[in-house]
Amino acid sequence: MVGVPLWWRTTETYRAWLPVSQINELANMQLQLSADVEVVFARGTVTPEQQKKVPLTQTQDEEHTVDGDLIFKAWDHRFESPCGSLVVYVIPESSSLLPEDMDVYIGQRRTALLRIGAQMRVGRTVEQLLAHLEPRIKQVLQVMSFSHTDITAALSDRVRLSPGNKESIADSMRAFKSSPGYEITFSLLNPDPKSHRLHWDIEGAVQTYIQPLLTKLAPVANFSLDSQTLYYAMLGVNPRFDSSSSAYTLNSDSLAHVINPVEARLGSNAASSNPVLNFLLYVPDAHHSPLYIHDNKKQEVPSNAFHSPRWGGIMVYNVNGFYRPEAVLPVDININMAKVMGVFLAQLRLLLGVQSSTAPPGFLMAPCGSTGLADWELDRLMWSRSVENVATATTTITSLAQLLDQIGNIVINDNIAEQVSSAVTSLQLAVAELEAGNLGFALQYSKEAIMASERAFFDPSLLHLLYFPDDQKFAIYIPLFLPMCVPILLSLLKIVSEARQKRREKQAKKD
Amino acid sequence: MAITMPLSSIIHKQPQKQRDKWPSNDFQEELVIRPLHSGDIYASFQFRTLWETDFMRGNKVSHYRLFPKSLGQVISKFSVRELHISFTQGYWRTMQWGQPFLPSPPGAELWVWFQDSVTDVDGTWKELTNVLSGIFCASLNFIDSTNTVQPSASFKPLGIGNVTDHSFLRYATLPREIVCTENLTPWKKLLPCGSKAGLAVLLKSEKLFHSSFHSQAVHIRPVCQDWQCKTTSWELRQTLNVVFDLHTPGQGKREWSLFKMFSRTLTEACPLASSSKIYIDITDNPQGEQFEVSPATPLLSQAMVLGDRRTFSVYDLTQQITFGTVRSLNLLIRWKSSEDMLRPLLHGERYVAGYGLQTGEIHTLMYNNHPYRSFPVLLLDSVPWYLRLYIHTLTVASKGKDNKPSYIHYQPSKDRVRPHLLEMLVQLPPNSVTEVTVQFERALLKWTEYTPDPNHGFYVGSSVISSLVPSIVAMDTNSTREQPLFSSFFPCKEESSYFVRVYTEPLLVNLPTPDFSMPYNVICLTCTVVAVGYGSLYNLLTRSFQIDEPSPGLAKRIANIIRKMRGVPPL
Repeated sequence: MVGVPLWWRTTETYRAWLPVSQINELANMQLQLSADVEVVFARGTVTPEQQKKVPLTQTQDEEHTVDGDLIFKAWDHRFESPCGSLVVYVIPESSSLLPEDMDVYIGQRRTALLRIGAQMRVGRTVEQLLAHLEPRIKQVLQVMSFSHTDITAALSDRVRLSPGNKESIADSMRAFKSSPGYEITFSLLNPDPKSHRLHWDIEGAVQTYIQPLLTKLAPVANFSLDSQTLYYAMLGVNPRFDSSSSAYTLNSDSLAHVINPVEARLGSNAASSNPVLNFLLYVPDAHHSPLYIHDNKKQEVPSNAFHSPRWGGIMVYNVNGFYRPEAVLPVDININMAKVMGVFLAQLRLLLGVQSSTAPPGFLMAPCGSTGLADWELDRLMWSRSVENVATATTTITSLAQLLDQIGNIVINDNIAEQVSSAVTSLQLAVAELEAGNLGFALQYSKEAIMASERAFFDPSLLHLLYFPDDQKFAIYIPLFLPMCVPILLSLLKIVSEARQKRREKQAKKD
Repeated sequence: MAITMPLSSIIHKQPQKQRDKWPSNDFQEELVIRPLHSGDIYASFQFRTLWETDFMRGNKVSHYRLFPKSLGQVISKFSVRELHISFTQGYWRTMQWGQPFLPSPPGAELWVWFQDSVTDVDGTWKELTNVLSGIFCASLNFIDSTNTVQPSASFKPLGIGNVTDHSFLRYATLPREIVCTENLTPWKKLLPCGSKAGLAVLLKSEKLFHSSFHSQAVHIRPVCQDWQCKTTSWELRQTLNVVFDLHTPGQGKREWSLFKMFSRTLTEACPLASSSKIYIDITDNPQGEQFEVSPATPLLSQAMVLGDRRTFSVYDLTQQITFGTVRSLNLLIRWKSSEDMLRPLLHGERYVAGYGLQTGEIHTLMYNNHPYRSFPVLLLDSVPWYLRLYIHTLTVASKGKDNKPSYIHYQPSKDRVRPHLLEMLVQLPPNSVTEVTVQFERALLKWTEYTPDPNHGFYVGSSVISSLVPSIVAMDTNSTREQPLFSSFFPCKEESSYFVRVYTEPLLVNLPTPDFSMPYNVICLTCTVVAVGYGSLYNLLTRSFQIDEPSPGLAKRIANIIRKMRGVPPL
């Protein structure tokens, strides 16, 4: 009687309390996104009497639990709109702000100009006006904020979707997964330092071209940049000589084999565990120059570059024009960084998931300016990143809870319980902020949630007793219980035989 | 794979200014070959990468050219001021081979000076060792507080900067570490030319590890770029020292060539190297009476190395003429006779004395072979906590007399937390042996603390003897910057002496080792005793007792039989 509680107390594993019910709630949570849209009517689009009748707020429920909150307001000047919201200016049909054939202009910031249709002359009712505007504003919203496909792409890793078209799956696989930070490494590969000495002004190029984009993207993730030069780094494939153009070519199906041998030289990032985006500039050696990349249709690729999903990009830079017969080897070559960085910047945008969505007909986009990223593009990225973070953190937390539920041997320390609770709280906050349309806060909370959940999931203390084998328990208990069982079993046998004998005696008496 | 189009709309301006001056990077490579008097060959590779940068201001530097990115990231992330790491297989026999250019203890050694901006030195050190263990594929992650010490005097920074606060220094050795190919490959990867060109093509692991001694090291330190020290730069020195045993390959012929030892010949210098040279030590062989070198070179160079003026034949690999008509260089040394060498002025030995598994005594012997000069040496001993030193038994004696150390720094150990650290400054009289003895007691470890092969014994790292040894020749004051790499590592301030660091042998100590099946035996035994006790108690409690008619005795039975035969009723 004394032994049993003592034995129970000393052999139990410590398991801190986890918010299981809240985690289960998370698992079947419905996401609701809402964006503030302000519609501003320019002079000449509505009459004063109409203006009075305009309803102040109109909520539109869209399918797929994606929510558009349209706020109609009269003329109001607001140039700086908060993150995640949009301002749509409705301009009269005769306005000369837009070219004749264009209906919508999307600006660099979070603004758009919308030309009112010709049939919407003065004199129509407000209801008709709104009914006319609504689908068009929705269209603008899908380009500038988030669309159904964006959100499903962000959720694609978590949710099994019905197989859509191949193109969109490839699109969703290309970008890096959401992470609190990224390391960007530019590598100059010089396989032939004997024939050319390469100089690249990477510091200047990074300052001019890459840094503005990264500064803009700072709310999404932290970025760190570095560069290196690798000598005698070869590609994994031998390019074919094409005698018609007297050049070497790389086919698109052999590009897959290029990366592995190079990657061994790139070196892992010792200082952090964030994902690395590699951008390689390959200058072919003198004997394999010029080198061109051919696409599926055997056409030369104008940029001479390709990218590998979730890994990085490679560009081939030919320098054969510098080898003159009288030149002394090695030739000093300055690399045109503007040409290189144009390609790398485009690849960087793709790999980070900045969607370069094709504009519907009648839409005119503003050039993205010196930063390479418009405000609304950043918003789009933040929307999909928040949703992706929420989904990832939810999956991590629920699978951790499942695992802990299944394997009773795992010790759950207090710090793990703390991390799990904080992840759950951040998740709930992030979802609430997404519903309220506060994009900045939502992203912040979703990042916190993902960090806390990963820390809990990968905590080494979970592993200590995970594989505590049962045979060790047997080995310890059997020496005690086996000899103790012998007298008990013997006496049981004796009782059974005595009972039998008694019954036989009884029967004998009856007879 | 997908094809990318240039984003021409983003790029609208060309970089206007083209940098006229790139931050200077410099790479040098060098091989020194010294025929040893024992008949062995000592080959010492040194590769030096210089990287001009203003690291002192704490700028985040992230663009690497010749300097390897992985090490650069380690330096900037962990705010390292100096980093010295060495992996050695085998023990350097000072008495037979003389002094090495760069000494290193058997196993792995790591010492790091951190910058004074580091607040949590121990935490940074732990992280750093883990990262380095990944970079060099070594078990450096076994470095923890139980084998890390902070020497107070023995390891001063070798680069610029006056740091005296030794709380930013960490020193650890792993004498058990075994060095092999997997450590050499990442080491070669740090070279700008890799193993594709230059001297590094000789580094074939199947030959390098078939040798008496192999040591590879990485030293990173800040140095001055010029004499006024206006600009500073990081210096990365990668060294590889190897001693080939000529008698092992057999054939009785004492002949040595690049091809025979490395199974390669040289065809070119690394195109990135500003200097690429091979030196052959011909000091003891001025007229070619001991050995002959072919092809002969007219270039000779003199350098002060380890207090001795040595003469070297120089082969400059950047000159095409070195490779001759066959376009490849295969140096050949043929021995004719040999003679005794000069004994090294300072060397050390160490051993464990005593019997039984309870106590013992560590003896450290330091030899001063100088005929008339005495000089001070710094002795550093780091002993693991499971050898409990009795510091009151510490004795230092030279020539049978007590020799009182002028400085002693002793940090007692804490069980399972930190090791013993003993540092002392001892004056070595001329032509003498100084013996340092200290007794210890062996501790009993917990059963999880034993290594997988506990009966092999436990290693105790080498003692380190650092000293300024009086030079045989006066220092060359007319030194120029054009000195070979192997003579320029330890800073030399005084003209009449030179700096030497000597490592003693590591010790292998047996600890009392239990029979590891004992816990299970104990469990089985106690359980059986408990079960037997339980069984008898159970029997006592459950058995019902009844008085039984005792059966008649034997005599009575016989009597009854007789009575039956006689027809009389039984008893």
